[in-house]
Amino acid sequence: MSTLVIAEHDNTNLKPATLNTVAAANVIGGTVHILVAGNSCQSVADEAAAVDGVEKVILADDSAYENQLAESTANLIKSISGDYSHILAPATTFGKNVLPRLSALLDVQQISEITEVVSDDTFKRPIYAGSCIATVKSSDAIKVITVRATAFDPVNASGGSSSVESISADGVSGLSSFVNEEIAQSDRPELTAASIVISGGRGMQSGDNFHLLETIADKLGAAVGASRAAVDAGFVPNDYQVGQTGKIVAPDLYIAVGISGAIQHLAGMKDSKVIVAINKDEDAPIFQVADYGLVADLFNALPELSEKL
Amino acid sequence: MKIVVPIKRVVDYNVKVRPLGDQSDVDLNNVKMAMNPFCEIAIEEAVRLKEAGTATEVIAVTVGKSDSQEQLRTALALGADRAILVETDSLLEPLAIAKALSKVIEAESPQLVILGKQAIDGDNNQTGQMLAALLDYGQATFASEISIDGDSASVTREIDGGLQTIKISLPAIVTTDLRLNEPRYASLPNIMKAKKKELDVQPIDAMGIDTSPRMELLSVELPAARQEGIKVESVEELVGKLKNEAKVIS
Ligand SMILES: Cc1cc2nc3c(=O)[nH]c(=O)nc-3n(C[C@H](O)[C@H](O)[C@H](O)COP(=O)(O)OP(=O)(O)OC[C@H]3O[C@@H](n4cnc5c(N)ncnc54)[C@H](O)[C@@H]3O)c2cc1C
Ligand SMILES: Nc1ncnc2c1ncn2[C@@H]1O[C@H](COP(=O)(O)O)[C@@H](O)[C@H]1O
Repeated sequence: MSTLVIAEHDNTNLKPATLNTVAAANVIGGTVHILVAGNSCQSVADEAAAVDGVEKVILADDSAYENQLAESTANLIKSISGDYSHILAPATTFGKNVLPRLSALLDVQQISEITEVVSDDTFKRPIYAGSCIATVKSSDAIKVITVRATAFDPVNASGGSSSVESISADGVSGLSSFVNEEIAQSDRPELTAASIVISGGRGMQSGDNFHLLETIADKLGAAVGASRAAVDAGFVPNDYQVGQTGKIVAPDLYIAVGISGAIQHLAGMKDSKVIVAINKDEDAPIFQVADYGLVADLFNALPELSEKL
Repeated sequence: MKIVVPIKRVVDYNVKVRPLGDQSDVDLNNVKMAMNPFCEIAIEEAVRLKEAGTATEVIAVTVGKSDSQEQLRTALALGADRAILVETDSLLEPLAIAKALSKVIEAESPQLVILGKQAIDGDNNQTGQMLAALLDYGQATFASEISIDGDSASVTREIDGGLQTIKISLPAIVTTDLRLNEPRYASLPNIMKAKKKELDVQPIDAMGIDTSPRMELLSVELPAARQEGIKVESVEELVGKLKNEAKVIS
């Protein structure tokens, strides 16, 4: 058995979700290789080579992979897929974009967003916004899988010293091209990697009021998230959304403020270790998953919380 | 420009789905069904492109049982011009669905295919990308803005770090994210009119594709339940609990 993990990166740094994906590969067993496809991304390959338990890093360093567009990236992975029994990527917007395309090129039914490896062909995954957990067994020769990062503890980023093998571009496609990107800049930790997350919902009433959350986030070293209602209302950008169709987080502490607790929101945060809910409606469903619930008006509770921290 | 919109009949998003008693599958007895919300957004986008004069025809397609005609009628009421049901009695996996859709698209040769990014039943998020691979089309997933110019489209995508804009040559596959638009409701006169629109039923067996399952569903269970929590009376008590009991802040 041999697993290929597709690295997620920005041409400079390896993204942490890659380490959780390697962890899932380790549970499957056998050797683990990492593919780094990017442009001027030697530093990423070096980082990947240091990841604990990885046997080999395959580096495709070419301008064609600068933005890791789905068409060229899927073709490249396909060209080396013959060596592997499993191909894994994190279930991020990157992995979700590329892997199903690869999967169809290989005539394989992808297994999306696994949360547990039962054996090398059997996996658990949430369905219906996490209301149920399905156990599925794949009969495909190559298993193409996306991995929910929060379900696997990351492997060590250091301790390994694998070889780096360079390969050249293969199957470069001109079907799509990159125009531009607006990547949010923030001094706070990334939502999916933070150990504390504080999220606001429609109850926040405006984008300006999010500063009440930001003050607390800065005291706690936390990331700031939001419900879909808050994003749709334009309070905060789309990359703040936590939930079934946003980001999945599982921090040590999740604080939900002015969020009712719709199943689609819970799907993105209910595996957090400790959940706090602040809501003025004592019957809000969020209290059913909260370890500590505070029935209060957030406009009173947040300044007080900020002061007491 | 012709647009094809594949849609899926799924459990209504307000329903909390539970496993069957024997845990062999989810319990879908007597639950409310609806069009997948992301597919409503896809239909809306296609209809808006038609209203803007960019598109000339919108075709809704679904692969499913006969009862999916209900959702196709909804699509027609929302503004699709005609509909196609690729009929099958089996519950197909995304790869098989993508293969069936690829046959419809080869026959219709649209310039644009708009799908939802995800069906909220299996939460697979695969079909559009698979369809793009099978047809060798470019793909723009998780779209929050689409603009067509000539033989290409520029699409803004919701990605983890923010927003990305790419250009794709047509014909292409686009999948919708939540912020692309806000779907309209079907008006009563449009629901009546939809009953007279063309709905073509094609048996999947005539397509000559391999739809055999690759995955076996071994069981469906409830997720591990969380331990019941408590209500605190004050911010002070909350901070105390977080420091001394949960020990998650210092
Ligand atoms: C296909 C689909 C996908 C979806 N995906 C997601 C997703 O990924 N993530 C997500 O979050 N949602 C998602 N949703 C939306 C979800 O169904 C809910 O509509 C949404 O989560 C509600 O957001 P909210 O809790 O902020 O707003 P509301 O439900 O309106 O709740 C606001 C809460 O704030 C409280 N409140 C108001 N004022 C105050 C105050 N002054 N002090 C204290 N509390 C106050 C109220 O009591 C209420 O409980 C999705 C929906 C669909 C159909
Ligand atoms: N049976 C189906 N018939 C037509 N379109 C489908 C079907 N299943 C999925 N789709 C399309 O593919 C999208 C993504 O579904 P999925 O890959 O299952 O998450 C949906 O929003 C639909 O647009």
